[in-house]
Amino acid sequence: MTTDTTHAATSAEHAENHGMSNAGYIRIALILAAITALEVSTVYIDFGPFFLPALLIMMAVKFVMVVSYFMHLKFDNKIFSLMFYAGLILAVGVYAAFLATFKFFIQ
Amino acid sequence: MTDTAVHGHDSSTGISNIKLGMWTFLGSECLLFGGLISTYMLYRGRVTGGPRPAQIFDIPFTSVSSFVLLMSSLTMVLAVSAAHKNEHRKTNLWLTVTALLGATFVGGQVYEFTAFYNEGLGFSTSLFGSSFYTLTGFHGVHVTVGIIMLMSLVGIFKRSAVPGKKAEVVEMIGLYWHFVDIVWIIIFTLVYLIPV
Repeated sequence: MTTDTTHAATSAEHAENHGMSNAGYIRIALILAAITALEVSTVYIDFGPFFLPALLIMMAVKFVMVVSYFMHLKFDNKIFSLMFYAGLILAVGVYAAFLATFKFFIQ
Repeated sequence: MTDTAVHGHDSSTGISNIKLGMWTFLGSECLLFGGLISTYMLYRGRVTGGPRPAQIFDIPFTSVSSFVLLMSSLTMVLAVSAAHKNEHRKTNLWLTVTALLGATFVGGQVYEFTAFYNEGLGFSTSLFGSSFYTLTGFHGVHVTVGIIMLMSLVGIFKRSAVPGKKAEVVEMIGLYWHFVDIVWIIIFTLVYLIPV
């Protein structure tokens, strides 16, 4: 009984410290799977002018969900977010400029 | 109170040095994959010989591969969760399942590469081929390195020879594994789903 109580308390503390329980992770995974199914549906269903924006938004949502919840960035020290997003924003900026020099966005 | 403060890592800042190092490494990896993805985007329409992307991509097959890799992120986070709770058997189980799902993904990639080669897309067939194989190949190598790390970790745990905090070691490999997953999230959309 005491062991169970201690274990439950430890699990609750763990969930609180990392912001998520196992059930929460499974919910996130199901949402990610549903978004992936929606992404794939764009190949077979005509979304018209919304095709590209919808795909890019779904990609960004999946990216942020994995980084925030599975990688715990949402619940961790902000300096980790700074290190990662600094690299990401630098990469996006540098390569967007690189592609722009080749007139990629006006093709 | 932050997670790092709760776990009380031994550093002057109260922040885990190994974790800070891993996040810095992952930030730098964004630049590596950013370069490869940009190069592919630039060259994907450059097909002077050989098949075009739409002629060879098998979307249903790649969708299943993507789903498998996505689910491996779930099993990885369950391994990290079990490690934090000191549930050794569950940790080893989820690490092994993650490695198996990763191996399934890599197996799918090998099959896909073989099929593309048989359909006439070699590494030097066209700029599309070169940039496609380089991008997805680099990603595949990252997944393979992840699988080796996961299986090594399971082996080390069985010998009970983990240096430092066990949960933190699992968490670091978990961060690497999730990063490989988020890179694939981008590749799947930009390479496979958006037509040239």
